[in-house]
Amino acid sequence: MSAASSLAAVSRWKPWELGLLAALPVSWFLTGEHSLLANEIAIVALFAVSLDLILGYAGIVSLGHAAFFGTGAYAAALFAKHVMPDPLAGLAVAIGITALLGAASSVLVMRGSDLARLMITLGVAAILYELANKLDFTGGADGLQGVTIGPLLGRFEFDLYGRVAYAYSLVGLIVGLLVARRIVKSPFGWSLQAIRDNRLRAAAIGLNVDARLGVVYTISAAMAGAAGALLAQTSGFASLDGLDFHRSADVMLVVVIGGAGWLWGGVLGAVAFKLMHDILSAWTPQYWTFWLGLFLLVLVMVGRERLFRPWTWMKRS
Amino acid sequence: MLTLLFDGIAYGMLLFVLAVGLAVTLGLMNFVNLAHGAFAMAGGYVTVLLMERAGVPFLATLPLAFLVPAVIGAVAERTLYRPMYKRPHLDHVLFSIGLVFMTVAAVDYFVGSQQQIIKLPAFLQGRFDVAGVGIGRYRLFIIVVCLVLTLALQLVLARTRFGSRLRAAVDDPRVAAGLGINVNQVFSITFAVGSGLAGLGGALGAEVLGLDPTFPLKFMIYFLIVVSVGGTTTITGPLLAALLLGIADVAGKYYVPKLGAFVVYTLMVAILFWRPQGLFGRAATK
Repeated sequence: MSAASSLAAVSRWKPWELGLLAALPVSWFLTGEHSLLANEIAIVALFAVSLDLILGYAGIVSLGHAAFFGTGAYAAALFAKHVMPDPLAGLAVAIGITALLGAASSVLVMRGSDLARLMITLGVAAILYELANKLDFTGGADGLQGVTIGPLLGRFEFDLYGRVAYAYSLVGLIVGLLVARRIVKSPFGWSLQAIRDNRLRAAAIGLNVDARLGVVYTISAAMAGAAGALLAQTSGFASLDGLDFHRSADVMLVVVIGGAGWLWGGVLGAVAFKLMHDILSAWTPQYWTFWLGLFLLVLVMVGRERLFRPWTWMKRS
Repeated sequence: MLTLLFDGIAYGMLLFVLAVGLAVTLGLMNFVNLAHGAFAMAGGYVTVLLMERAGVPFLATLPLAFLVPAVIGAVAERTLYRPMYKRPHLDHVLFSIGLVFMTVAAVDYFVGSQQQIIKLPAFLQGRFDVAGVGIGRYRLFIIVVCLVLTLALQLVLARTRFGSRLRAAVDDPRVAAGLGINVNQVFSITFAVGSGLAGLGGALGAEVLGLDPTFPLKFMIYFLIVVSVGGTTTITGPLLAALLLGIADVAGKYYVPKLGAFVVYTLMVAILFWRPQGLFGRAATK
């Protein structure tokens, strides 16, 4: 097998990938009354895929990714409230604004050790949280209310059952997945993994580490902003919750549960996380975070890669 | 204005005592322990519960507020943390977040989620005026206690054999181990003492900062700011960073209440961008 054909073989769509991709639109027909729940899962999945781009592929540990999610949500909600209620235009504006924010803050995450990067991402998210809390036009702690979203494509009204909302988010998720997949299965994507594995060596062979990290961070931010905009538009509401630390921590959990470094981990992790949340909170509504923390502890101690490979459990690593 | 400075210094010294354990842990084992706040919370609850349920006077609870988290820290270090040192940083982050979630929920379950109120002894309440500056008695007490602790720490680091072993292990663990220093043991003791100090800080700060089960989550970012801005190679670095942070936070909330903690976060991001190793640290090797 020549080098070109083996490289091409890696980026070809595998049967299981096509299967998962086809399962997404099929699910719209199957989720009858659960469309609102499925809508939430799709949004979290898109958010998780965006985090996987920087966490799993570029190796940037970010505890503040909710900064872009919340900014996208507020941008879309403010746009719908003050300019124009069309959802697609709002989505485009939200993506644009969060891309700019991502580009600006990507400068901050290029330098420093893991801890400095962690702190800077935390700090940026915290700054935005404080701004949203204190500024008047964002509604403060109550959140932005009175947002009405117009019909999608001029024809489909967002209904109470969430059918249109789920279809909208599903399309967003599929587009996001296709874009992300195209990025990671390209030479650019491989260079990111090289940077993740050994930054010094990647720089030594001539890769412009800063530029590449900046690009992927901006794209990831734009995708997270899109997810936030979808949430704001399908729920008609934007609040501080979108910028909160727990949202950054939760999406990181989603990526880790599903598996970082293969894009579908975001989707599967979102489903698994939501299921776990529902089961655990039905059992103990107030203290379910205890069991979540325990699960996380066990997950890390056993080893993240081993969770979905049961045949490795009995072997000592 | 001087009153603000005084309050800021008290707040800063408190933050230093709370965060110094984290600074040394990070510098020594490169372990990002986001659960450090949980030990502080443990110390706070030890004090509150002893005062409420057993009627122990405030000052007498303080040594226990140091010891109980120190023992918990020593046990946790041997059993939970030690297998984690060689893992990548993401694993540390996830592990300590998991611990935080567990402790927050557990404390909520056992003690309840309301804010805990501490009734200070009479001689610590109130304030007196010195040349126009309002000095709160409790804040003065905090400053004095934290100053004594800082001097003790500095003495241990600079003048004792253990201190020099610790400094050697922070500088280069491999070479230190090669010279015969038992780095694991040094680390266990340091982790225990750091957790104990956090517990003491939590007990002292319960009146100033408030105490409820979400304490670790609320204040984690402040401890991390102190450690990342101050650098992890010295003790004076985090001390100055904590003072800077305390004064900036108090002044910011007073002069620009609209923005609140915005000032502190912006300052941190700016400092870390300018010097990623912190104001006083050495350049990062990873």
